Amino acid sequence: MANQPFSVLDRPNSYIGKSVPRPNARRLLEGRGRFADDLNLPRMLHTAFLRSPFAHARIIKIDAEKAKAAPGVILIADGKDVATHCKPWEGTLAHFPGMKSPLQFPLPLERACWQGEPVLAIAAESRAQAEDAIDLVEIEWEELPVLADSETALDPDTPLIHPELGDNQTFNLMLENGTVDQTFADAERIIEKTFHFGRHTAVTVEPRSLIADFDDSEGRLTVYYSSQSPYQMQDVFSRHLNITEDKVHVICEDIGGSFGMKLHVYGEDLTTCALSIMTGRPVKFTADRFESFVSDIHHRDHRVHAKMAVSNQGKIQAMEIDDLTGIGPYSVYPRTSAVEGNQVVRLTGGSYQFTDYRAKLNVVFQNKNVMCQYRAVGHPIACSVTEGMVDFAAAELGIDPVEMRRRNLIKDDQYPYTSPTGLIFEKLSHHQSLEKVLEMMDYDALRAEQAKLREQGIHRGIGLATFIEITNPGPAFYGLGGARISAQDGCMMKLEPSGKIFCSVSVTEQGQGTETVMAQIAASELGMPLDDVRMLTGDTEKTPYGGATWGSRGVGIGGEAVLRAARALRNNLLEVAGAVLQCSADQLDIQNSQVIDKNTGTERLSVAEIGRIAYFRSDTLPQDFHPQLTVARHYVPQGPPFAFTNGIQASYLELDQETGFFKLLKHWAVEDCGTQINPRLVEEQIRGGVVQGLGAALYEECLYDEQGQFLNPTLADYLVPMAAEIPDIQVGHVVTPTAYSELGAKGAGEAGTAGAAAAVMNALNDALRPFKTELTRMPFTPERILRALGKV
Amino acid sequence: MTEKLYPLTFTLNGSTITRHVTSRLSLADFLRTEMNLTGTHVGCEHGVCGACTIRVEGRLSRSCLMFAIQVEGMTVETVEGLNASGELHSLQEAFHELNALQCGFCTPGILITAAQLLQETPLPSRKQIRDYLSGNYCRCTGYHAIVDAVEQASQKQAERR
Repeated sequence: MANQPFSVLDRPNSYIGKSVPRPNARRLLEGRGRFADDLNLPRMLHTAFLRSPFAHARIIKIDAEKAKAAPGVILIADGKDVATHCKPWEGTLAHFPGMKSPLQFPLPLERACWQGEPVLAIAAESRAQAEDAIDLVEIEWEELPVLADSETALDPDTPLIHPELGDNQTFNLMLENGTVDQTFADAERIIEKTFHFGRHTAVTVEPRSLIADFDDSEGRLTVYYSSQSPYQMQDVFSRHLNITEDKVHVICEDIGGSFGMKLHVYGEDLTTCALSIMTGRPVKFTADRFESFVSDIHHRDHRVHAKMAVSNQGKIQAMEIDDLTGIGPYSVYPRTSAVEGNQVVRLTGGSYQFTDYRAKLNVVFQNKNVMCQYRAVGHPIACSVTEGMVDFAAAELGIDPVEMRRRNLIKDDQYPYTSPTGLIFEKLSHHQSLEKVLEMMDYDALRAEQAKLREQGIHRGIGLATFIEITNPGPAFYGLGGARISAQDGCMMKLEPSGKIFCSVSVTEQGQGTETVMAQIAASELGMPLDDVRMLTGDTEKTPYGGATWGSRGVGIGGEAVLRAARALRNNLLEVAGAVLQCSADQLDIQNSQVIDKNTGTERLSVAEIGRIAYFRSDTLPQDFHPQLTVARHYVPQGPPFAFTNGIQASYLELDQETGFFKLLKHWAVEDCGTQINPRLVEEQIRGGVVQGLGAALYEECLYDEQGQFLNPTLADYLVPMAAEIPDIQVGHVVTPTAYSELGAKGAGEAGTAGAAAAVMNALNDALRPFKTELTRMPFTPERILRALGKV
Repeated sequence: MTEKLYPLTFTLNGSTITRHVTSRLSLADFLRTEMNLTGTHVGCEHGVCGACTIRVEGRLSRSCLMFAIQVEGMTVETVEGLNASGELHSLQEAFHELNALQCGFCTPGILITAAQLLQETPLPSRKQIRDYLSGNYCRCTGYHAIVDAVEQASQKQAERR
């Protein structure tokens, strides 16, 4: 890189650090989005599913005769029919020792294990006809014992959901570091609490949707898919439908929200592909809202017992947690349902200096919808438990929560640091972030205001929550365990004859701004205006192979691939320019689409002229000179298995002790994701993440009765945060780039969700403190608050 | 048995449309599948999420909660029509500049709702904006940028008057 006068971070006209608007947002604003359900193919059929009304029941007999004769019906398929075209799967990973889960078929062969599980599919000329025909199918069921309460899953007299596995446990784990028992035995104070985290679900505004189009003449399957993980799904479709990978084409255009929900394997989706194979026609499936609630993966659902040892001086000495989480009847394929619990036990306490730590994890089956990874996997649980305990300890000792954190957070000069569970923190900024948020919120003034209002009977609370976030995951996450989910990404870039750039990359766009950020990196490194770079993502045939979008990896991994491709293409362009200008390429650079003399800045040649000469007048170039105007580069994440980020959030709220409602007055978030390519997009990731986290604290819970019936699977009953209840969210930044990459960027997708609920919990308990009561069960509904206050 | 079709004539985005529809066809499905106006999105089909919001007779309506046949003789405006007429222009510019959208699925419904707000209240406060948009669910943005954008668009529109 001797000929690199500038790094990409400080090239002239660099877009790095500029909040440019997203070019691809225009068509969404004009109603010209291309979501999967917007597309209709010739001869296309529509499918509808019959779903189990019971949480656990054997299928005795299916009578579909009337349905077969219904108008428009083309095909009816049950579990056995689909199984002839699609192999079952098992949601385990080799690096989770002892993990077990039964084989899962797209539609069950003999019994349904959760209410809402799809058991039969009908393909018809229209969705309405398919749904009409579903109503004509009669199934004789034999109800089986239901395991709804995960607390009883491991009791000896609880019936087994899968007797062949021997118990109701899919995975367990024990972690221990230091001398935990001794430290607790010697402790001056021990704080003990139990936390509950409701089961909730993604509620993307766009439901899951796909069109499967199997072309029998070539044996090719094309899937138009609302998915954030096209390459993983190409592999899954290939292996489970027995089609070679080269003949599976997955296309993900606009995705109406995903947040980790749209990258798991769903029975309906594989069934839709199988129906296309069986009928030889394209088949569409779009979930309705009820179907989304009962079949999109759920997440969280944890009960955590926590214990903390502290000295009278407020020094945290040890922590011990016991996490029980229920995941439904199957571990979800191919990422498994053990990852969230695994992250809870590894992340808890991770911001603090103590070393004595013990964690127990039990992941158990239940007869409820399946549970799996969703935005900020495990983080909100780990954060809420840790930060809740820190505040409870501070309150018991009479120490201000800020002071408690100052005394215990890992110091900013203590890095690199290895956590008690072996996590490696390259460099974090807990103290700097804490001071920043205190300044933003004017903490002392807020405390004074709180005290003054309390005298008037107005109860406000202030809550802080420090967090760490896993980003830029390497192959340790899935590849190591045998899942064919890539941790590397690739970028392909070509010069168009006009002098514009076409760039395709294997990280995908769901509205977070991936394409914009990638174009900013490409344009900066190339020396071209942003408008000259055209991006393509989400197409397995037209982009390099990669990991796509999950785990806050887009910029940190995909961005580095783009940077390298852009550098390679620029060097190739300068080689052509050197040949044309009869000078060394080393003397040249590109600025604003013009080749310039590096020393004088004089414009010598336009990039468009390079395109014209190289493509159409190669006769004017030296003999045997072959301009390389298309390049591809891949990038493998470097350094520790993950790039950790950190941050802190704060909540200010007012409690109405008469009604049990509380109003969020303001929310602050400081995050440190390293280099920010587009600060506005980072802020919007944080804000959106915060509000998803607030949903968990305020409203969201999938309520099941003891028979495993989902009681609130509508948007009228399952509440989500709406504009009127949500406060303005002020975002601040601390910037600690990672030294393991050129851009220094870490992820930012989960930070908001990681800490929001914990900040609200601490603020609520701060407001409740004069009443000598507290809440540790989310969501914090008015009923729970009134119960805590002894009013109901 | 084929379902009975009923004649339907109404004004859609300024043009007179005549079709035959079944009695149970929702207005949202009619717009999306019969008229290919896919800017109207279906998010919940029970009137909560607001993604399918359109204007019927000048008032906000949930197209998932109406049957197509109900708009006989009425005037219907969708995001496509309001985009073409320029009514959404200031809002679109502000939403773009301030990144008041991410996945874009809720966006047409939010733009139409915001446009209606600005007709009724040209210079709304942030609280008025939040209250008026309280029937439009967005999972991506956290709403803050949407409120910023509606505020900015209202100010720009006011300056132009």
